[in-house]
Amino acid sequence: MDLTTLIFKTVFLIIILMVTLIVAMYSTYGERKVAAFMQDRRGPNRAGLFGLLQPLADGVKMFMKEEIIPLTANRKLFIIGPSIAMTTALLTGVVIPWGGTLTIGGHEFSLQIADLNIGILYVFAMVSIGVYGIMIGGWASNNKYALLGAIRAASQMISYELAMGMSIIALVLTTGSLSLHDIVAQQHGMHWNIFYQPLGFLIFLTCAFAETNRAPFDLPECETELIGGYHTEYSSMKLGFYLFAEYINMFISSAVIATLYFGGYNMPFIDELGFSNNTVTLLGTAFFFLKIFSMIFLFMWIRWTLPRFRYDQLMNMGWKGLIPLGIFNILATGIYYFFTELK
Amino acid sequence: MQTLTNRSVVASDKKMTFLEWIYIPAIIKGMSITIRHFFRKKTTISYPEQKREFSKVYRGQHVLKRDDEGRERCTACGLCAVACPAEAITMKAAERKPGEEHLYREEKYAEIYEINMLRCIFCGDCEDACPKEAIFLTDRIVESQYKRKPFIYGKDILVEAMDLRIDISARQTEAVYQFKLDKRFAHNK
Repeated sequence: MDLTTLIFKTVFLIIILMVTLIVAMYSTYGERKVAAFMQDRRGPNRAGLFGLLQPLADGVKMFMKEEIIPLTANRKLFIIGPSIAMTTALLTGVVIPWGGTLTIGGHEFSLQIADLNIGILYVFAMVSIGVYGIMIGGWASNNKYALLGAIRAASQMISYELAMGMSIIALVLTTGSLSLHDIVAQQHGMHWNIFYQPLGFLIFLTCAFAETNRAPFDLPECETELIGGYHTEYSSMKLGFYLFAEYINMFISSAVIATLYFGGYNMPFIDELGFSNNTVTLLGTAFFFLKIFSMIFLFMWIRWTLPRFRYDQLMNMGWKGLIPLGIFNILATGIYYFFTELK
Repeated sequence: MQTLTNRSVVASDKKMTFLEWIYIPAIIKGMSITIRHFFRKKTTISYPEQKREFSKVYRGQHVLKRDDEGRERCTACGLCAVACPAEAITMKAAERKPGEEHLYREEKYAEIYEINMLRCIFCGDCEDACPKEAIFLTDRIVESQYKRKPFIYGKDILVEAMDLRIDISARQTEAVYQFKLDKRFAHNK
């Protein structure tokens, strides 16, 4: 890797990190606005124009709060918990292809930090480690509600990761590659995977909700039963990290869904317009973010529509509903490709 | 069984049908409801900029009236304090000195007159009890404060300014006057 590429990658890495943080920050604002609008309210509108400074005010509040570590808590693990949650949430963005290629001064740069040939597996690994953040935090708190929340989080993640993996296997059968870059490249134009894998998309979407701990699957942190679940004992910015990690996860999940099923940075009819390569790339990236924001809106829309599942319903749905469906999806895809390949 | 509204649904434990079991039709139905609310007119009134229209006889912050010549009407009889169910009113009477006739209407006046706005329930009983037509509730809103102390309103806030008379004609009607003269009520005996 030569020096210019290295510099570009570093700058791009920082940009992606900043964008992730800013999007996550404004997701909190968006969440409150969407919730308010759906409940016929106005939402935050006092801090700045349209309340746009509200996330900043919230952040300042979080920093200013008193930091409490309970005496009975395990000090080290108590600090490690939110750190893991935050780190893994931020790490996932590395493999996502944010755009095509940019040509600057004769050099061609890819708008993807690392094109791993096992990109999907990397995403899975990071998401799975993310559970440890919640589990360790809940365990270290030495509080029954936190522990219950952590246990719920762990079992929910295990149950839904299986179904998610199965929907991905079916997807990989159609694409023939684990690299996110290749998967996006194959969906050029309007060949989006959602048209080839509608059932797989539904399974993946449901599991994505469960993996990000969002309603209707927010059992690890349900306020009514567990007074906050795994972050009951947390305060100040450590609590902020947990809440923030959830929003980053939502952003990354939306990006992954857009990449896998909605063609990533591909735009329909882009070839017919005849723009230069750089314009196409920038337009594509803008379109990709449009897709991501639509997904985030869907996340919020569902959260403020559906009530929380009961725990046994959640487990029933995971093991008796989604996993058999996932297996059926793999079989159907496999049989289809078996017979089409024979011809 | 007779239902109270046409929206009530009888709950049952029957096994879910396939369409119910896959949840999706129900989810889409719910989402269509929330998205309709998303674009609906908001019910919130953004208070300091917009104000809700009050009833003509709204009971808000009190005013201690002056008469036409600008003399305070209150004689510190204490009937309002007695009538107050929340015990929000305290006062201290004083005797009018010679030369103060232009300030106070009768020989006795309230040297201190305080209403604790945190205790007040804005029932209007003080107004009913007052034999001198001195205290009235107005359509002004008691402002919010950061501390408890400023909620105890003294005469500096309660007595109306000479050049800024408060209109209480909506509450001081002929019917109210007749009510006050009625001997059947305790305060006139």
